[in-house]
Amino acid sequence: MSKLVGTPGQTVGPFFHYGMPFLGGPQIAEPHSPGAIVLTGRVLDGEGQPIPDAMVEIWQRDADGSIPRARSVLRRENQMFSNPVHRESHGFTGFGRAATDDHGVYRFWTVNPGAGDDGSAPFFAAIVFARGLLNKLHTRIYLPENADALGADPLLSVLTDDERATMVATRDERGWLHHDIRLQGDGETVFLAFN
Amino acid sequence: MTLASQAEISKEIEAAQAEYQAGLAAGQPEQTQPRLDYAPYRSSVLRHPTKNPKLVDPETIELWSPAYGERDVSPLEADLTIQHSGEPQGERMVVTGRVLDGDGRPVRNQLVEIWQANAGGRYIHQRDQHPAPLDPNFTGAGRCITNDNGEYRFTTIKPGAYPWRNHINAWRPAHIHFSLFGNAFTQRIVTQMYFPGDPLFPLDPIYQSIADQKARDRLVATYDHDLTTPEWSLGYRWDIVLTGPQRTWTEPEGDEL
Repeated sequence: MSKLVGTPGQTVGPFFHYGMPFLGGPQIAEPHSPGAIVLTGRVLDGEGQPIPDAMVEIWQRDADGSIPRARSVLRRENQMFSNPVHRESHGFTGFGRAATDDHGVYRFWTVNPGAGDDGSAPFFAAIVFARGLLNKLHTRIYLPENADALGADPLLSVLTDDERATMVATRDERGWLHHDIRLQGDGETVFLAFN
Repeated sequence: MTLASQAEISKEIEAAQAEYQAGLAAGQPEQTQPRLDYAPYRSSVLRHPTKNPKLVDPETIELWSPAYGERDVSPLEADLTIQHSGEPQGERMVVTGRVLDGDGRPVRNQLVEIWQANAGGRYIHQRDQHPAPLDPNFTGAGRCITNDNGEYRFTTIKPGAYPWRNHINAWRPAHIHFSLFGNAFTQRIVTQMYFPGDPLFPLDPIYQSIADQKARDRLVATYDHDLTTPEWSLGYRWDIVLTGPQRTWTEPEGDEL
């Protein structure tokens, strides 16, 4: 039980684009490198309209199931402020940040997260921020394979089929993952609070 | 869509507050985080979930957070006043504080990011078209890594209040956006730090979306004259508490370089 009360969140607002995104933020894996896949989708509002000023972050296990400890080094070329901040990392950081584009689309290059030692169903931990959204929203994006692990997952197994569908990505013939996040309304994504 | 007046928005804010106070009196719990469904902030109407979040035990990955070390961000990035050839306009200030977990322990080696308007209340962003001047010597974005005591420190310019189109004559209280990572991904927050005594507080639906006054006060920095430097800058202190489940706390491994 926490002794201190947490600081409240506030909306990310409309102007985060020069403060939060950095070059390489959406690339957790080198695009088109062996094993690299795209995870992409739209962030949608209560009328099904794309949200062009949202930001999605993902945090995941490496392909072998390990917890990433490689660090993101954020720097500017030649320490010149006129150069944008970019990420240099030595190894797999497991963390990505992507602002949505004009069509509400986020897009990461990453690898499929592996399962933990207990064989639990692999997923991307995800957080959504947006103008108009007063606090962060946590969710998960599960890989569609391995029906047994998905069926045994403590969270998924208590959801209705419709709810469950909002947390499991679909995979195309290239092996890329597609997953829309709906903040409200039909097919509203299941969001999480943690015990 | 017709924009509401400030009087109409204020009436909605007061109604929500009265409802909250009645709930408290009836034994409802304190609300220490913003409401997501808060119509006085008009953009939230179609952007808030209608269902309660599912309560879940965090999985291992959610009990860890991305790794950083103290050298992963240049110390220059924490000074927003040196990013251009000249001095920015406005009131130079330092803001510093500790990032703590719910047990009061420092959150070490974690990334803190800020962004803000300039002294005139203008963001260097195409979407901000209000007719206050851009400052060629101020961008308004910074970052740093917390030290072994969980402390962050930025040198910047006090941001101005700025108008927005939530309703007629809507003005945001001056604020600095903060983004923080805790020891676990569950603890991640993005928030806004405000300045003490701002007359716009009662009028602002974003600040007022936090129903409880004590919780709102947690977003307001304290002026600290001991942090003020003669002939140079004013000092503000603001501590941040990141709650949310985390793995069993252990002594830090030291700077793994």
